[in-house]
Amino acid sequence: MRRILKYVILDIIKNKTVIAYTIMLSLFSWGTFALEDNASKSLLSLLNIVLLIVPLMSVLFATIYVYNSSEFIELLVSQPVKRSKIWNALFTGLSISLIIAYVAGVGVPLLLFSDTGTALIMIAAGSLLSAIFVAIAFLSSILTRDKAKGIGISIMLWLYFSLLFDGLVLFLFFQFSDYPIEKIVVVLSALSPVDLFRILVLLQLDISDMMGYAGAVFEKFFGNQWGLLISFSLLVLWIIVPFYLSLKKFKKQNL
Amino acid sequence: MITIKNISKRFGKLLALDNLNLQLHQGECIALIGPNGCGKTTLIKSILGMVLPNEGSILFNEKDIRNDNEYRRNIGYMPQIGRYPENMTVGQVIDMIKGIRNSNEQTDEELYTQFEIGKMLHKKMRTLSGGTTQKVSAILAFMFSPQVLILDEPTAGLDPIASEILKNKIIRAKSKGCLILITSHLLSELEGIASQIIYMQDGKLIFHQDVKALKTATGQDTIAKSIVQLLKRDRA
Amino acid sequence: MFIHSNITRHLVFTSCLVCFIFLQSFSTVLYVGEKEQFSSIKKALAASKAGDTIIITRGTYKEGNIIIDKPVCLLGRDLPVLDGELKYEILSVKSDSVVIKGLQLQNSGRAAMNDPGAIKIYDASHIRIEDNRLQNNYFGIFLQYATHCIIRNNTIKASQKEEHQSGNGIHCWKSDSLQIIGNRIYGHRDGIYFEFVTHSVIWRNIAHFNLRYGLHFMFSHQNAYITNYFKGNGAGVAVMFTKKVIMINNTFEENWGDAAYGVLFKELSDCYLSGNRFYRNTTGIFFDGSNRITAEHNTFQANGWGMRIQANCMDNKISRNNFMGNIFDVATNGTLTLNEFSENYWDKYEGYDLNKDKTGDVPFHPLSLFSVIVERNPPAMLLYRSFMVSLMDKSEKILPSLTPETFVDKKPHMVPYDI
Repeated sequence: MRRILKYVILDIIKNKTVIAYTIMLSLFSWGTFALEDNASKSLLSLLNIVLLIVPLMSVLFATIYVYNSSEFIELLVSQPVKRSKIWNALFTGLSISLIIAYVAGVGVPLLLFSDTGTALIMIAAGSLLSAIFVAIAFLSSILTRDKAKGIGISIMLWLYFSLLFDGLVLFLFFQFSDYPIEKIVVVLSALSPVDLFRILVLLQLDISDMMGYAGAVFEKFFGNQWGLLISFSLLVLWIIVPFYLSLKKFKKQNL
Repeated sequence: MITIKNISKRFGKLLALDNLNLQLHQGECIALIGPNGCGKTTLIKSILGMVLPNEGSILFNEKDIRNDNEYRRNIGYMPQIGRYPENMTVGQVIDMIKGIRNSNEQTDEELYTQFEIGKMLHKKMRTLSGGTTQKVSAILAFMFSPQVLILDEPTAGLDPIASEILKNKIIRAKSKGCLILITSHLLSELEGIASQIIYMQDGKLIFHQDVKALKTATGQDTIAKSIVQLLKRDRA
Repeated sequence: MFIHSNITRHLVFTSCLVCFIFLQSFSTVLYVGEKEQFSSIKKALAASKAGDTIIITRGTYKEGNIIIDKPVCLLGRDLPVLDGELKYEILSVKSDSVVIKGLQLQNSGRAAMNDPGAIKIYDASHIRIEDNRLQNNYFGIFLQYATHCIIRNNTIKASQKEEHQSGNGIHCWKSDSLQIIGNRIYGHRDGIYFEFVTHSVIWRNIAHFNLRYGLHFMFSHQNAYITNYFKGNGAGVAVMFTKKVIMINNTFEENWGDAAYGVLFKELSDCYLSGNRFYRNTTGIFFDGSNRITAEHNTFQANGWGMRIQANCMDNKISRNNFMGNIFDVATNGTLTLNEFSENYWDKYEGYDLNKDKTGDVPFHPLSLFSVIVERNPPAMLLYRSFMVSLMDKSEKILPSLTPETFVDKKPHMVPYDI
């Protein structure tokens, strides 16, 4: 596996799209930190960009990469290696490469301009987010052999997590505003990795006090060490579950 | 060496392999032919473990290949279209496969030298022509001196010289006692290489015969003619 | 003319000096201490007469409740300690013109019934309380029916954990013409508490990390709060039911919490706020039922809400303020706006200034759609910075539909004011 992994990473790192992605991320980050004198404000602008672009880029790039690698995967399968090792190597390679791009693009300016705690949380959560959407891409690309369909599924999933899910949450807030649904919403927010990431960073910025009772519930849930641990475990779970499902399917897949 | 027992494979409604039985022996060069969509590729992929048959079993040296991958150490595979990660260099691809095989045996570098790949090790796969990519595929297939060679349209896209080099290599491998499974649309290409013919249609085996026997039976002097003759007779 | 005025000044000075010497010759200085003439403060007090000075030397005095019923001057030398043993009110002032200076007063009684304080002034005037250190008391300095008093440069500290176990640092009730200057109050329930206090000046005090409010007043008209610093108090500052308050150059900072405010204005009217700085509060200012307030040259920075105006507020003028780095600059629960915003600097303003007069050419609508949503449904804050919310806000900016059109600053300032 390590053999394949090494060359997959070498391949992706040199990919023009990934290079462009890294440059774009770093332009955004350096730009926001340079133009904005208020560090927490630029952090929030950066958060917006990261929340939008990192999942989109990760899911799209990974989906296309997997489809484009179908012949390469066949070649690897014809070699004496387990299928799971091939799938693992591809996944790890893609994730690591995109994480490298993220850390190089966003992480470095974050560490330089923002306070270390928030920067570290944002780097860790953003890296996890990259891996999560690579895992989602693996799942959607294994669901169908048709590349166009697969990309379509990926974009739909991204749209769902980035936009539709929040719309749903807002709808719930208004629909059930007379009921104590805070706790349900807390649980619900764990169902979207993008929201989970956003909330993790917001908690660093003490936003919870503005949410009234819900904020208190939130602070209690996510605000302490355990909450941080739980949130990160949930994020990790968001990597494992889609990837495991895709792996299970890949093992029985006809290539 | 390879025994195929009652295998069937369904893709949705399509029956790609229909209760196929085959015995493939060492030292043979078997040409796998048939019209498009007859199940050739599915058969090859089943042997390679890429396609998992719905029924039946495939034995490699008397061992079932299901849930095994080590048997592939003895197979060299050359795909019809080789597509490699764009930014990998030729050298990296070769290194990677060597690493996966992880064998301590001396690798067979004959094709490597004859195709003069040594001078383009630093080229990215993306920049290679189709023919050169095929050369890389061929090198990889032969590199570990496998007992079994599976070649899917090996000469497609190769220039005549390279094509000749590859043919000679196939003949040499056969004489060393390899089992070679080869598909080609150009029946003339198979002349002088193939020792047996497997003809398939609609996932079924139509016939599996020795070339010499075929030629004598049909009274023709080339593979192409004898197959045409045979098919005519069948239809009649 | 010049010479004449000089002579007058000279005459005044000389006569003052004469008076001073005259008084001096009639007042005595009594010393209290282990090796001094009096072993206890109570004995010295009993022996003193009006106008005497009692100097308390270094040591710890546990004398229960000490009642000062004549105009004397109590001076501490090397910070003597008066300990109330958690049972007594330490000093009860029941006479006018008393001076208390340089003492450490600690461990006053805790009974909640009679509100014991380290120093309590009963119905007196012209009291000066200066340079004392108050530690671990229930109430710090308690004034009732007091007039013309000066409370200056005292350090007042308490360490209770619960609100109900703690009194206020400086507590004034039904008093008038006070000067509260340069005190530091820490860890009490409320830092400074006024009820029915009028015509007073509160200047250069620091009230930080008190359990409830840094400053809390009600029914206290015509007071001025100048250059005070309120930081990290449990619920910030809350002021209620008052008219004609002036607040200048105060800083309200770091009051984060579910119900914490930089300042909560409840039923205040005819007030003037200028040069105040609201920094990192959940809500900078919360206006509830407040009318005719002028707020200018204030800075609202890095707050959750810069300013929240309830629908029951009217005729307030908010002009020439800086709104910078707040999550929401302004929020309201109403649809009708009866308040005027003009010439403020808004860092969220994206307009242009073609004629370079530092006034934006396009009006600014400070109310974002999301702030309206959050006002109606606070948990929706959960969606802050989500892509959907940004989209909604952007579209609302282009096509306003839910935010009141009248909520507008027609002359937004392009650059922040130097305040």
